[in-house]
Parts: sequence; C-alpha cells; structure tokens
Amino acid sequence: MIRTEELLLNVGPQHPSTHGVFRIIVKLDGEVITEATPVMGYLHRGTEKIAENLNFTQIIPYTDRMDYVSAMTNNYVLVHAVETMMGLEVPQRAEYLRLIVMEMQRVASHLVWWGTYLLDIGAMSPFLYAFRDREIIIDLFNELCGARLTYNYMRVGGVKWDAPQGWLDKVREFIPYMENKLEEYDRLVSGNEIFLARIRGIGQYDAATAIDYGLSGANLRCTGVDFDIRKAEPYSLYSQFEFDVPLGKNGDCYDRYRIRLEEIRQSLRILKQALASFPDGGETMGKVPRAIRPPAGEVYVRIESPRGEIGCHIVSKGKAEPYRLKFRRPSFVNLQILPKLLVGETMTNLITILGGIDIVVGEVDC
Amino acid sequence: MLPWLNQSLTWGNALVLFLWAVVFLFIVLGFVTYAIYFERKVIGWMQLRVGPNRVGPFGLLQTVADIFKLLIKEDTIPRKADRVLFIIAPALAYVPAFSVLAVLPYTQNLYFADLNVGLLYYVALSGISTVAIVLGGWASNNKYALLGGMRSAAQMISYEVPLVISVVGVILLSGSLNLRDIVAAQSGGWFWDWNFLPQFIGFAIFIIAAVSELNRTPFDLPEAESELVAGYHVEYSGFRFAFFMLSEYVYVYAIAALTTVLFLGGWHAPAPFLEFVPGIVWFLLKFAFIVFFLFWIRATLPRIRVDQLMGLGWKVLLPVSLLNVFLTAAYLELFIKN
Repeated sequence: MIRTEELLLNVGPQHPSTHGVFRIIVKLDGEVITEATPVMGYLHRGTEKIAENLNFTQIIPYTDRMDYVSAMTNNYVLVHAVETMMGLEVPQRAEYLRLIVMEMQRVASHLVWWGTYLLDIGAMSPFLYAFRDREIIIDLFNELCGARLTYNYMRVGGVKWDAPQGWLDKVREFIPYMENKLEEYDRLVSGNEIFLARIRGIGQYDAATAIDYGLSGANLRCTGVDFDIRKAEPYSLYSQFEFDVPLGKNGDCYDRYRIRLEEIRQSLRILKQALASFPDGGETMGKVPRAIRPPAGEVYVRIESPRGEIGCHIVSKGKAEPYRLKFRRPSFVNLQILPKLLVGETMTNLITILGGIDIVVGEVDC
Repeated sequence: MLPWLNQSLTWGNALVLFLWAVVFLFIVLGFVTYAIYFERKVIGWMQLRVGPNRVGPFGLLQTVADIFKLLIKEDTIPRKADRVLFIIAPALAYVPAFSVLAVLPYTQNLYFADLNVGLLYYVALSGISTVAIVLGGWASNNKYALLGGMRSAAQMISYEVPLVISVVGVILLSGSLNLRDIVAAQSGGWFWDWNFLPQFIGFAIFIIAAVSELNRTPFDLPEAESELVAGYHVEYSGFRFAFFMLSEYVYVYAIAALTTVLFLGGWHAPAPFLEFVPGIVWFLLKFAFIVFFLFWIRATLPRIRVDQLMGLGWKVLLPVSLLNVFLTAAYLELFIKN
C-alpha cells in the first residue's frame, strides 16, 4: 500500500478565479477537497467604523466601494435607511430615476457575473460579449452622474442629478437591444453540452439548508424559496410594476445561472414599465433639512441587491453622524455555505461553486 | 531525402542533413511565430477585439517582440526545484515535437524521411512529450504545477489510446503505415475518396483526441488558468517557458499536417478538374483550415472537467474507436477482399 498524503493547497488571494483577493485554504486528497477554510479580510477597509465619523452624505461614496459591481443599490440602501428614519418624502421623479438606475445596475451586475462565470468555466468569449453590453449601461451612468463605477448618485431625499436631455430615450433604445443580446447569449452558451455538464447538479443544497445559512438572492431562490424583497416587502416603486420572480428547483449552479439570466429579462420588463410612466416634470430633491440628523433610535431596512438581501442598520443618537452603522452584505452571508459545499468536490468544482455564489470581495470584506 | 538516408554516413552527408534540419527548423519557427499571431487575431476578431496591431505593420512583429522579450528575461529557477530535471524538461518537451515532423509528407516529392512505419513513429515519439510535462510539473516543486503535470499525464495517456486506435481504420484501408502510401491510397480524384468520409467515425475521434493531445481548449486542463493558474509551467520563465509554448505550437503544426495526410487526402485536389493547382497549395489550404479550426474552438467552447474528460476518453471514445476498427475490417473482409 502506497502511503498518500493530503495536499494543503492555498488558493488565492492572488488567483485568477477568486474574483479579487479572496483566499481559500483547501486540503486535497488527489483532486478531491476534504476540507476548505475561507480566509477573508484582504480588502477590509473598515467602512462601518469610518462611517461613525462621517455625516450621512459623506458615507454615500463609501457604499459605492462596497459592492463596486452594483454601486447604485448600495447607495439606495443607505439613503433609504436615513429617509425611513427621518420620515422624508422623496419626489416621484427622483424615485423613478432611482428605480431605473437600480434595475439597470442589476442588469449590469448580472452581466458581469455571467461573463466572469463563463471565464471561470473556461470560455473566454462570453466575457467580452458581456462587457460590450455592460459598457452601454456604464456609459449611460457616466452620462447621468459622471462616473463609471462609483456613482455617488443618490442623496438623502432624492438624487443628485436629473436625467440629461435624451437620456431616457437612450435607455429606451437599450431595452430591445439587450433583449436581443440575451437571446444570443442563450443560443451561444445556455445549451452548450460541456457547459451544462459542468454546472448541472454542482453545488446543490435544499431550501432548508439555504435558509439555515441565511442565503439570499439567487442563491436562495434557486432552491425554490420565493423570496424577493422587491415583492415581499416592496420598497421604492416596485409595488407599481409587474414582474416575476424566477425560481429554481434543484438548488444547483445551473438553476442559479438560469435565475440570473431571467432576472435580467425581468429587470428589462420593469425598466420598460418605469420608462412608460416616467413623470414629465418635478423635483429631483425633496425637502431635506440642511443638516441631516436622524432622530435618536434604530432602523433596519433591506432591499434586493443583485447579490441578495442588502441591509442597513443605523443606530442614531440624534447627531449628524451615525452612532453605529452596520451593513448586512449579501456576498459575505452567502459565502458562509462555501466550506460545506466544497467538501467532497474536485478542485475544478471549487471554481464553479465559488463563481456560482457570485461574490464581490469589496462587499465580503467591506 | 531517401537516397541520402540509405547512403553510409559520411561527413558530407551529415552536413547536408544538418543543413536541411536547420532550414526546416526555421520554417517551423516561422510557422509558430505567425500561428501565434494568427491565433491572436482570429480570437480577437471573434471576441470583438482587434488583436495585436501595434508592433510592425498590422502587428505582424508582435510575436517576434514577445519572443525577444522572453529571450532577454531573467531565467529563474526556484530554490527548491529539482534543478537538473527542471532544466531538462523544456528541452525534452521540444525535441519529440520537432522530431515527429520528419515523417510528414507535403507533396509527392517533398518530404524528409520516408519511413515505412511513419505513423507509428509519430505516435511513439509524441508520447514522450507527456514525460516532459510531468517532469516539468514535478521538478518545479509547486503544488499547482504538480496538479497540472498529473492531470496532463492522465489526460494524455487516456487520449493516446483512442487516437492510435482511431487511425487503425485508415491503416486498414490503405494497408500501410507509411504516410505517403496513406495519401496515395486516397487518390480517387474526388474529395469523397479522402478518408474523412469513409472513416468519419475515426475522423471525429481523431480530431477530439488530437485536440486533447494538444492540450487545447476545451481540453486545456493541464494549464487551466482559472483553476491551476498556469498548470505545469507556472514556475517557468524566460526561454524555458518559451520552449514549452513552442513545443505546444509545433504540435499544432504536426497535428494539422497529420490530419491532412491521414484524413483529408494530403496534396490531392478535391476534384479532377482542379488538379492543375499544385499539390502543395492544396496541402497548405487543408493544413491552414485545420489550424484555423483548432483556434476557432478555443474561442467557442468552455473547458471540460477533468473527471468528465477521463469518462469521455475511456467510456466513449475508446469503445467507439474499437467499433470503427471492427466495422472497417468487416467491410474490407466482406466487400473488398474478393
């Protein structure tokens, strides 16, 4: 009998498929993982602590840098929390603009996921196709607020910039374009035998496990749990629009893949309705006191980010700065299930499963 | 070349053979340089990019610059590596890659060695490259490199078998292992006389196994960059790295030429009325198409998983290739022999 040893392999923080500086230490028996220990914190910047010394408007740019693939939803969760605390009214036009940019952001974010996931699986071209289409959204955001990634667009009580002339028409043109491209994606990738063999039945878990681990977003819905905060606890204007929440059955990577692609379609559907009923005139900033001082107390609000439930918990002592600010980051919480999923899988499936969870390390480490 | 080989070895003969080898080496290096350029352009266009276009007109000197960069780069050897094996491995990878080219015939008269076991020689020598990859992965003393090397060993052994068996049908049809005789056996005048139609099962298996032998997408597991970073050559830098890359592209050349010879009728024209075009043109066209095909699928397909790869090799390709041998033999026995 030949004596074999377990191989301790360090994956990351510099590794092409850990989506940033995430690190996993895996014990390998041959190519089969017997133990996986995630190590995080390489991108920790102490956002929550820094926020305690900043006023609320100053915190907004920090939220951009958490989930930098989906900065608009992060902006929203903070301003929404402050508005809830202070009971502020947001003008219709501003709320519409917020909803439109959030849904565009969801499309952009899922496109990044789609491209990088296929890159992880070894197909290089879809990555470039996805970035071509994401680029259009990025350009539109750039036109709207002057930034391509860290928008700093929303403010307590409204949005910083009104839509420039012709901007809404460009968004209108983008929707049929993107619908076409989605069909192309399906033709190119979704039926590929190799791709399906790689993701079907991989990283499977059931609804109870998903709930136990506190998963949210596509990671939860892939098990068939119908929980989308846009439907369950409608915020913004979501209750006015019609859309479906795509659900999975098996809770594997394939279901997560289908759900994310379908969510792009649903986002486009929401965008279409929002553009149709977009108010003609109106303010983009509501009546906000000069100094934003939420009354003493606590608030927790949550919204549906592309990655799942992002929450903002503010404890205020009635000052301009929060006493304590806590973000519930979906990437971080969704990552909890990773060590459990990895045991017994191969090195190749590690990448498939990690990619399927869809993490953004800026948000994991915060 | 044949009369030269049959003569006794004198200084004069050896010099001529050596010069021929050097000339051929430059042809192959030229091919590799522009195959890399071509690959980057083709994939670039497929991926909405322009590909290299800065160095020289249309970026034609890009690869030259890249190779020059690799030449002047520091040659690092990890402290804990096995120095001797680490140094031998790249050379060992390249030598068989270049040696197999000796038996490939280009036209009726243009060929280097007319071995009567040419095909066997090719298959036997190309197997040695696996040793070099395992050696390189092992000697690097790096876990990723080791995993890459081991994967490569498993993969190449599993695909060598169907590759060899898939060409048995061709050998049966032509009754020879000599590559020139194999081409001669396909000289019906029309393209349906080429082996790829009567041997379509063998052709399909050969292409799949050949892509796997080349370690190219979708079978590029030994160097899967999203899992193993770079696989077996992760610790190699400078010209040692270039040697691994070089042997990989020389194998692209070899496989493309071998496919042309075995299945696409070598230098034969696709139709009798096209025979005024010289044979070398037909050979190069078919050869270029195979090279393009290899680059094309790289831009198209995702990577297969290592256990699925093994399953495909042993459970699908091997039985089907055996079936192909049986069918071919039965056909020959029943219809042709009498």
